[in-house]
Order: sequence, then C-alpha cells, then structure tokens
Amino acid sequence: MSPYAVKLAFRHLLSHPGQSALLMSGVALGVGVFIFMSALIGGLATLLTLRTVGSIPHIVLEMPDRDPAVLAPQSGAQVVLQKDLSRRQQIAIWQPVVPIIEAEAGVTAVSPQIRGSAYVERGQALAPVGVIGVMPGKLSDIADIEGAIVDGSSNLPTDGILIGSRLAGDLGLRTGQVLRLTSERGRARSFRISGIFTLGVASADRQAVYMDFTTARALFDLPTGISRIEIKVEPATDAAAIAARLRRSTGLKTTAWTEDNSQLFEGLDAQARTGTIIKAFALITIVVGIASAMLLSIVRRQAEIGIMRAMGASKRLVVSIFVLEGTLIGFIGAVVGALVAWLVLLPLPPVSEVESGGLPIDQAQGDFLLAIALTTLAAALASILPARRAARIDPVEAIGS
Amino acid sequence: MSAEPILSVRDLTKVFGEGEAQAKVLKGIDLTMAPGEMAALLGPSGSGKSTLLTILGTLMRASGGRHEMLGVDLMQASDAERTAFRSRHLGFVFQFHHLLPDLTALENVMMPAAAAAGRESRAMRERAAELLDAVGLADRRDYRPGALSGGQRQRVAVARALINQPVLVLADEPTGNLDRQAADQVMQLIRSINQTLATSFLISTHDEHIAGQCPRRIELLDGRIVRS
Ligand SMILES: Nc1ncnc2c1ncn2[C@@H]1O[C@H](COP(=O)(O)OP(=O)(O)OP(=O)(O)O)[C@@H](O)[C@H]1O
Ligand SMILES: [Mg+2]
Repeated sequence: MSPYAVKLAFRHLLSHPGQSALLMSGVALGVGVFIFMSALIGGLATLLTLRTVGSIPHIVLEMPDRDPAVLAPQSGAQVVLQKDLSRRQQIAIWQPVVPIIEAEAGVTAVSPQIRGSAYVERGQALAPVGVIGVMPGKLSDIADIEGAIVDGSSNLPTDGILIGSRLAGDLGLRTGQVLRLTSERGRARSFRISGIFTLGVASADRQAVYMDFTTARALFDLPTGISRIEIKVEPATDAAAIAARLRRSTGLKTTAWTEDNSQLFEGLDAQARTGTIIKAFALITIVVGIASAMLLSIVRRQAEIGIMRAMGASKRLVVSIFVLEGTLIGFIGAVVGALVAWLVLLPLPPVSEVESGGLPIDQAQGDFLLAIALTTLAAALASILPARRAARIDPVEAIGS
Repeated sequence: MSAEPILSVRDLTKVFGEGEAQAKVLKGIDLTMAPGEMAALLGPSGSGKSTLLTILGTLMRASGGRHEMLGVDLMQASDAERTAFRSRHLGFVFQFHHLLPDLTALENVMMPAAAAAGRESRAMRERAAELLDAVGLADRRDYRPGALSGGQRQRVAVARALINQPVLVLADEPTGNLDRQAADQVMQLIRSINQTLATSFLISTHDEHIAGQCPRRIELLDGRIVRS
C-alpha cells in the first residue's frame, strides 16, 4: 500500500464530503443494527438465565441411588435389577459434608434441607404440597422468600409455615389462620400461617410450604439425616463444573441446574442463531452498499483512471486506491456507528433492573470491536472486485470517451 | 539527422476488428524521430493520427511491423514493461486536459512522477513548481482544475507531460479546444520547452497555423505517410 494510494483515497473522500458522509452513515446504520442485535440477544440470554437461576438451586446434592452391582456382566445370564427400597433415601452423615462444600470455590450458599410430600386439609378441600424444612437463617439462601412475602412475615416459629399465594387463593387462606398438615409418613400436625409469598413461579406458589428444620424432622421421621443439600454458585454458568468437583469430594449425587433446563439452552441457542442471521444480513447490506457505490464511482471516474494508467500508474496502484477508499468508508462508518450505538445504549438500565415489558439490552454484550472489525473486513472485500475492474480499464477507451 | 534516432518505426500496421468488420487503419508506417525534433502530424479526419499516437505512446499495441524506442523493442515488451517505459520516457497531452479534479494544479503536475514512485517527494514538488512557473501558472499552484480556464488547464497538462523528463511528448490536438490566443500561448510554450530541454514533440493537428510553427511536417492520408 503506497503512500500515494493513501493520499489519493483520502483526497477523493474529502473532495466529496456529502457523498462520503452518506455512504458512511449507511455503514454506520448497519453497524448500529449489528451492535443493537448483539446487545439485545446477549441481554435476553442474561435476563432469561437470571430469571431461571434466580429462585432455583444451582446444584442439588443427594444420596446416590443404591442399585445392586452386577457382578458378572458378561456371563450371558439374564439379570433383573431391583432397586433397594429397604432404606430411606437420606444423607445420614451430613454435618462433615457442609464445610467441604462451603470450601469449594464459587459456592455462595449452602442449605441442608428436610424435604417431603404432604397434604393440607381445610374443610373438605385437600391440597398436595411439598414441604421444605430449612435451617434458621437460611430461608432465603436458595429462593428469595423473605423478599417475596406479600402478607404476614417471614418469621418461622416452630409451629409456623409459609405458603405460596396460589395455595392461599385456592383454599381461601390468610395469615394467622391454622392449617392441618399430614405428611407422607402419616404424621399430622396443625400449623399457623406466618406469611404468604409470591415467587412468580406457579408450581412453587401453589405447592411449596416452608417450615422450621427441626419441625420438619419430626414430621418426616428423619431424626438425624437430611434429604438433600441445595447450593448456589457464582457464576451460575459454572454449576456443572463445580457439581463435578463436589461429586468427587463428597461422594454424593450432584445435579446441576443446567441438566434440568435443556429447554432454556435450546431456546437461547435458537435466539442466538436468529441474532447471527440478522447480523449477517446487516453485514451483507454493507457489502452490497459499498460494492455498488464503488462500482458507480469507478464508472464515473473512468477517464480519471484511464489518464492515471496512461501516465504510468500501475494496476496495483489503481487497485490499492479503490480498495483503500472502500475500506476507509467501512472503517470510518463503523467507528462512527459504534460510537453512536455506544452513546445510545449507555443510559439503558442493566439487565437485572429491566422492568417487565422493557427490552433487556446489555451494552456490555454489544460486540463493538467485533462489529468494527467485521465491517472493515467486509468493506475491504466488497471493494476488491470493483477495484480490479478499475485496474482493467483501458486507458485508450477511457480517454477517448 | 545525424544523431541516433530516438524512435524508429518500420512497416507499422494496425487492424481493428476481425473478418467482415475488419478495418485496416494503419497500412505500413515508416517513421523515425531524432532527439529534440518537433513535428506536426497532419491529415484529414479518420486518417489515423490518433491511432498512430496511441501506438507510439504504448497505450495500444500495433498489429504488425517494428516499433523501437531508445533501443527497446516495444513490440516484444510485456504490458508491465511498456507501462514502466511509458512512465519513464513518454509524455502525453490530449485534446481534453484530463486533469484529476480532486488534485490541485501542482499535484496534477506531480501525478505521473508520484504514481511511478508510489509517493510524492520534495524533489517532485520543486520540479512541478518550476514547470508551473515555466507555463506561467506559478500563481495557480493550489487551484483545482475546476477553477482554471481551458487554456490554463491545457498548460497544466503540458507541465504534467514534462514532469518525468520524457524524451518524447505525444500531443493529440493539444489546442483543439482552445481559441487562437490560448492555442498560440500553448504552442509558444511547447516551442520554448523543445528548445530549452531538447524534448521531442509529435503534435497532431488540423490547424495549418499550428503546423506552421513546427519545423517538421508529417502528413498522413488513409493510413499511410504521404509526406514526412
Ligand atoms: N477502437 C477502434 N475500433 C475500430 N475502429 C477504430 C477504432 N479506433 C479508431 N478506429 C478507426 O480508425 C480510423 C482512424 O481513427 P483515428 O482516430 O486515428 O483518426 P484521426 O486521424 O485521429 O481522426 P480525427 O482527426 O478526427 O481525430 C477511423 O476510421 C476510426 O473509425
Ligand atoms: Mg484524432
């Protein structure tokens, strides 16, 4: 790329400021679309992930299934496996495990829980519920129950429970009322409703019942063991890797949230692909725009090109001038577009604070540098064919015309 | 003509088209030019003047014959060699000035040198300024062609033809678009350059008044030289 080519390319762009500005704003618009789509698709993914992982455990640790081992798998004998149902599924020795989990990098909350099924009675109405016995102070470790209370308080005395607003609605329950609850072990007991929560997750709001850890022990006949340990990790996307490490260090069965949410990931994938297609079209528009503008410009400047060739300019010089000119249009347009997009996206709230109905646009995921790089590359490619055409112009014909 | 000729052409032919549509435009041109010679090329419209100048300028290849300049066989030379030869040894002035509209007068004069070198240099700038001085346009250096008169543009074009210190300048009706006064100015300029720099000129024209200012006269008729 000779300095003279650089000079002539700049000179032509500067000599036609209106035309150059128009072309560059076209490029800027395409780059704006590219960045906006990146920020939106990325923001949507962040928002959906946040919403999904917000109120669920990231990893659940349980006792592994105790399937009998097959001793002679190659013997040819028919083997019928029978699950060992003679003992309760429980983590019997759990106290030593908790510090091991807490020491694992990325783990932010650990909540040992007593879990069980039960039904609540009120008059003639029955409703199945899932009971969650949580340790004091760990009520909001997994889902933000304290923040979701819509009536009453989140205090859990030994005879208190917290129920979801849908269950309350179905059975016509209010804070302070007494409710009879029968566990899957056949034990029944009366509880007073301390508070009602709305998590926004239908199944939880209809079926989850929170109670004190020790109370739950009695209700489900678990004097020493626990049902499971739920944990939160940061970042949530590391759950699978942390789960694998915990499986090795604790010997427990671990389930990361990513395993149970493949639909979410398929959805995010489809979204990302849609975004990629739109971004590709934005780039194609830029390529077509620059290529046609360059072709027109070359036809208009035939005589000029012819005279330069007649005066000894090499084909290479002509190609460099036009490739450079197209690339400059792309680069300057891209930088301007990225700058404007950056300023426009700057005042938008972070995704975690987007109100429902608002677009979750994440400026940080705008891919500004990628947009500039790809656009510049696209512009350079778009100008190669027109530039080669310019170099093939026959000086004799061009000067004669 | 005792000196070694700079240009030597033998039995040069040019045929356009093929088959039925074939047109023989040059039918065997023999021509030599000595260093510092200044010749007018005359002939009726369609006689082949522009075609001959274009071939001599290496902008187009002849169909047959011999074409040598400064000892280089231009019939055998590759396109790249011809381009380099053209840039180094030949200058052009056309009927239409064909100045680059985005460049100033000074930059236009520098263009053939800068295009060959890939960059503009201080030496080029100084030489271009001298040439603009010589054509009487020292005060128009930074004007763009759009702001110059027709005669001024053609004088810039003459200066541009000289920037690479060519041996031969080919001028195709350089005054064809100018009025008598402007045409005389350009011819005066060419004559003084011819005398001071010993640059050879071959100038096609329809104008006897212009031809009268050239020491040598070459007449073309229907693709043949009838007087030289
Ligand atoms: N590219 C071409 N293809 C076919 N024929 C051509 C081509 N260029 C020139 N000719 C023909 O060659 C002949 C000579 O043309 P040329 O331009 O050399 O004439 P000229 O002497 O310069 O005429 P004028 O004085 O009008 O400029 C004309 O008959 C023209 O039609
Ligand atoms: Mg002609």
